[in-house]
Amino acid sequence: MQPELAIRLRGVVKRYGPITAVDGLDLEVPMGTCVGLLGPNGAGKSTTMRLLTAQSIADDGELEVLGYALPGESKQARARCGVVPQLDNLDTTLTVAQNLLVFTHLYRVPRDERRDAIERALELAKLGDRRDDRVDKLSGGMRRRLLIARALVHRPQLVLLDEPTVGLDPQVRQELWALIDALRSEGTTLLMSTHYIEEAERLADSVLIMSHGTAVAAGPPAELVLEHAGKEALEVYGGPARLAEVEAEAVSAGLRTRRTGTSVSVLGIDGRNGSLFEGERRPANLEDVFVLLTGEEIA
Amino acid sequence: MVTQESRTARIGRLERPALTGVLVREVVNFSSYWRSTTFSSTVEPTIYLIAFGFGFGSLVSTIGGYDYVDFVGTGTVATAVLFSSAFPAMFGTFVKYQFQRTYDAILAAPVDTEELVTAEALWIATRAGVYGCVPMLVAIAFGLDPAWGMLLVPLIGWIAGFGWANFGISIAGYSKSFENFNYVISAVLTPLFLLAGSFFPLDGFPEWAQVLAQLNPLYQCVQLIRAAVFGNLGWDDLFRVGVLVAFGLVVWRIAIRAMTKKLID
Repeated sequence: MQPELAIRLRGVVKRYGPITAVDGLDLEVPMGTCVGLLGPNGAGKSTTMRLLTAQSIADDGELEVLGYALPGESKQARARCGVVPQLDNLDTTLTVAQNLLVFTHLYRVPRDERRDAIERALELAKLGDRRDDRVDKLSGGMRRRLLIARALVHRPQLVLLDEPTVGLDPQVRQELWALIDALRSEGTTLLMSTHYIEEAERLADSVLIMSHGTAVAAGPPAELVLEHAGKEALEVYGGPARLAEVEAEAVSAGLRTRRTGTSVSVLGIDGRNGSLFEGERRPANLEDVFVLLTGEEIA
Repeated sequence: MVTQESRTARIGRLERPALTGVLVREVVNFSSYWRSTTFSSTVEPTIYLIAFGFGFGSLVSTIGGYDYVDFVGTGTVATAVLFSSAFPAMFGTFVKYQFQRTYDAILAAPVDTEELVTAEALWIATRAGVYGCVPMLVAIAFGLDPAWGMLLVPLIGWIAGFGWANFGISIAGYSKSFENFNYVISAVLTPLFLLAGSFFPLDGFPEWAQVLAQLNPLYQCVQLIRAAVFGNLGWDDLFRVGVLVAFGLVVWRIAIRAMTKKLID
């Protein structure tokens, strides 16, 4: 009997003193899909991840992971989950293979399968030739790959990735995307929190945008873009005065806009042929939706 | 596929696989730092024995009927147990929680805080039991007569070490920063250490101090070790074992509570 939803959250609330980090969150992750949890810093993504492993206990709401009710049955759920933390917590004085060995024990891989599990993880992380090197000798990208491989030694049904590529070079990020994409195509269910829009756009079947602890939109990236930002946007460049002018005109013409710092994006210009302003036409994207829904100012 | 049976099978508390997982991590880590630990735990009591042996030994040759070297040699066993349990527990727990974030990784696995704390304490206790014997071995080299009762010393060290380990974990659990450790070391550990009868007997202390010493697990540990090594175990030593066991059980629960508060929010 397999539940259809790997994760089901209903009205989840988590408060820290006067701060409400998660405020009535609903979240569904169907089996076999990759869901991106997208939101600015402080939106409640990391708290949500901690709630899913019962390292935070919700004040209200229902949480189910792989059919197990949290926090009561969290241990059963954790046995079938892999977790890739945001902060590297590898044992740095141990070798690559020793780190994996420890996790085969923590995740209760049967004795006769441990060796294979370690080999599989080494291959996945492409660290076969570094197996006997200490972790503190590895590059940042290698450590990240090991961190992901470590979460997979017990073939989890669900993998939770908390900001898997934060602070990494573009090259390393692409390498990790390939690794995550490979997992996805194998049918592993993934929940990935990120504030990199491109990451969510590329890897996630569906995206949930969080702001102030709650879901402000959810759906496949393309649908969200179409629904909230239309097909095309017009990028208008200019000095601050010009940009303010463009904004005012666009709004009075019933169009939505967003600032990108150096320009104003006028959204939803799909139907219009005559150009309202001088600017570059471009396809609308998830970033437009993200900024529209989570606000331009950083909290 | 998850079968119906495994789905309904209840995962209990203090499970062996969870304890083993945490212990394996410690054992594998130990392989990378055992040399320095073994070095310091051997050299330290040797220096104590030489310094106190020659220092006091020239003034007093016997204490309570024992050669001074024998007296200090057995007394330092309890000190070694304390140093190899309370301190690693305090600092190790804090580092693993705060800096290495090891406990985040472990608690994301099917391991509960109770299991994590218990396994860490069991590991530290075992190390304390083993390293506690080192001063005794050094003392043998300095002339302490080997005795069958010495075989009980690792066990006594283990029981006391389990308590001190949990004591250290509790302090780390309730501390917000390293600086808090100074208060505990100065106000708790140093007095307990001096009121243990390791280097000098407590006969000269006022009576209230001697009564207080009965509640000091370190004092009871010193007395037990001397009784075992010098072959004069009696019924009152059962009481001493009882004090150590009670101390261990109480601080064990406190350590679990402290760490749950720290790790689960």
